[in-house]
Amino acid sequence: MRHVLSALVQNVPGVLAHVAGMLASRGYNIDSLAVGETEQPELSRMTFVVVGDDNVLEQVRKQLEKIVTVVRVDDIGAKDHVERDLMLLKVKAEPGTRTEIHELVKIFRARIVDVGPDELMIELSGQEKKVIAFIDMMRPFGIIELVRTGRIAMVRSVTRPLGSGGVKPAVGYVAK
Amino acid sequence: MSNSLTPILLHLTPSHMATATKPRTKTELTSGADILVQSLMKHGVDTIFAYPGGCSMPLHQALTRAGDKLRTILPRHEQGGAFAAQGVARSTGKVGVCMATSGPGATNLVTAIADAKLDSVPLIAITGQVPTAVIGTDAFQETPIVEVCRGITKHHYLVTDVNDVARVVKEAFIIASTGRPGPVLIDMPKDVQLAMCVPDYDCDVNLPGYNPEKPHAHIEQIKQAAAAIKRAKKPIIYAGGGVITAEAHEEVRQLVAKTGIPITMTVMGLGICPASDPLSLDMLGMHGSVYANYAVDEADLLIALGVRFDDRVTGKVDEFCKHGKIIHIDIDAAELNKNKPAHIPVCSDVKFALQELNKIVEAPEDISDWVAKCQKWKKDEPFKYNEQYPGILQQHAIRTLWEMTRELDPIVTVGVGQHQMWAAQFYKFEKPRTWLSSSGLGTMGFGLPAAMGVQSQFPGRLVIDIDGDGSILMNIQELATLVCEKLPVKVLLLNNQHLGMVVQWEDRFMQGNRAHTYLGPIDNPEWSGQGDGIGPTDPKERYPNFVQIAKGFGCGAAYVEKKSDLKAAIAEMLAYDGPYVLDVATPYQEHVLPMIPGGKTVKDMIKE
Repeated sequence: MRHVLSALVQNVPGVLAHVAGMLASRGYNIDSLAVGETEQPELSRMTFVVVGDDNVLEQVRKQLEKIVTVVRVDDIGAKDHVERDLMLLKVKAEPGTRTEIHELVKIFRARIVDVGPDELMIELSGQEKKVIAFIDMMRPFGIIELVRTGRIAMVRSVTRPLGSGGVKPAVGYVAK
Repeated sequence: MSNSLTPILLHLTPSHMATATKPRTKTELTSGADILVQSLMKHGVDTIFAYPGGCSMPLHQALTRAGDKLRTILPRHEQGGAFAAQGVARSTGKVGVCMATSGPGATNLVTAIADAKLDSVPLIAITGQVPTAVIGTDAFQETPIVEVCRGITKHHYLVTDVNDVARVVKEAFIIASTGRPGPVLIDMPKDVQLAMCVPDYDCDVNLPGYNPEKPHAHIEQIKQAAAAIKRAKKPIIYAGGGVITAEAHEEVRQLVAKTGIPITMTVMGLGICPASDPLSLDMLGMHGSVYANYAVDEADLLIALGVRFDDRVTGKVDEFCKHGKIIHIDIDAAELNKNKPAHIPVCSDVKFALQELNKIVEAPEDISDWVAKCQKWKKDEPFKYNEQYPGILQQHAIRTLWEMTRELDPIVTVGVGQHQMWAAQFYKFEKPRTWLSSSGLGTMGFGLPAAMGVQSQFPGRLVIDIDGDGSILMNIQELATLVCEKLPVKVLLLNNQHLGMVVQWEDRFMQGNRAHTYLGPIDNPEWSGQGDGIGPTDPKERYPNFVQIAKGFGCGAAYVEKKSDLKAAIAEMLAYDGPYVLDVATPYQEHVLPMIPGGKTVKDMIKE
């Protein structure tokens, strides 16, 4: 099971080391961890993707909450939320393949942000599945370098039940 | 308070000289070191165990200005100081405080900090650090002690601004002593100790992620628990260190009295219920009583209070109390459902939960058969040893000590190993905070320094360290502190010349192959397990000579090997004016029984 946890932490030295150390020493499996400042300068936001059953999730959440500098932990995955991952990708693009890559960039609503003699740098944000699908599409061309921020997520203002028709699937969402 | 004005302050700020004879006010410039010491005193600290060094000298200078309200005890090793601070905390419930310099001083505290974390002991460890300008340059005696201790503290600070000192100390006391207590590290660079500011001791704390309020159980949960108790046919209470921390032993005793439910305690929980109470089933777990382990195995309701289902209690956790429903009350939400899922998990201050429960709880309808069964188990298979043994068995020594001191209201500390388990089995505790044991971490060398800390808080009281010859050597230097600081701790040294608990495991699980468990010279046949099985009893043949060592430190000391001499020897120790070591010759073949091997179940219990 995949869960998304969002932790508000005090913006003080050592918080990331504390959180990462706790997760490592207790053997929790973390898929992704993203950290950044928030609208309040004294607080930062950490977003985790945790893999494990509900018991593991509960323990991770409780252990995070025990860290003094962790202000609040939310299980975002349990709520209606928007999730994004930002990727920069450098791919081989020789004269014969450029057009094809460009088409795929358009379909995925990615952006070409740097052009070299025989390579392109592409920026893509979206849900994890979309990002992975795009990576798969790029693989045959020859990926030179790839970097991702890790997942970030935010709860929607109005919660609608999933599948009620009120929620538009995000681009690249693959229906089960 | 004028005497607390620092020479440094006089030197650096001559404009303040005019105020030197006036009482100090809050608006005066004060050094970081003095602010720290003043903050400690404002939080009621009366004793600190501190070992100086280059980067903590300003702190020590400030300690000399604290006057007689704050006693500084110089341990002979930083670990000893930290365990002594634990002794203060565990015996009184107050926050224990220790101090060391940077680098090796700080790393010497690490074991005791980890120990405090596992046993939830409120401890504040203060370390000197190299000046902020050279942090990160591998300066002399620099270690990143905050990094080292991140996973073994409840919280930790590296203070980089003198204006933060008062707030940090205030926060440290809140964090160490509230909720589930634990150790807090304050790392203080030397320049911050020397820097000056106007302290504000009443400053606000900045702890947005920490709630010091005790969580309170919902009334619905209390009703559920009461209903489960009412329905139970074979209930048992399993109480641990959290009850003692919460000062809730009276509430537990009321619950026992109101419901008639038998109670067993963890090694951290001994004393919650008097050992003399007929409903007490003593300790459970690996070396717990046969009857407690049988009772938990058969129980249909386990009332777990301030416990964490440690593997030394549960053995194979899936089989532990397999047929019982579990009510688990603990202040730490992370303990609920961690090792063992509870049917009624209650995150609450255990004292509050029990007060509420005691208001509505009714005794189960009829558990007289169950109680009779527990008591029959207790009668049939008590803790026992060969009373006919011609020499002094460890169990016999402990029982004799108990018989001779039980009326004296002593506080007992122990090291770790066989002697620790036998003390838990054969010294009968009637009150909480009279038994101090490194339980979670299992740190050898805990007993002597812990006793030192206890004695500093209870000058007139009998404080006994029941120790082993392996354990005591790990902190034997504290005999010097006992003598020099006039702390008359009595040591009952159960000396079997071996690391007895490891020997026991060698005997049981490794065909008796001796692997570095004999503590004498390598040319002694005992080293390779080729001895006569008794080991030397002639004091000249034994190693080391603890009587000489103790006397060298200035303690009283004696050696006893004859069973008939034991009582007189203990009486002499108790009568001695000052610290004393009684070296008791014991055999090493004796095993701590019963025993449930690690990861096994009650069915695998070894009784012989």
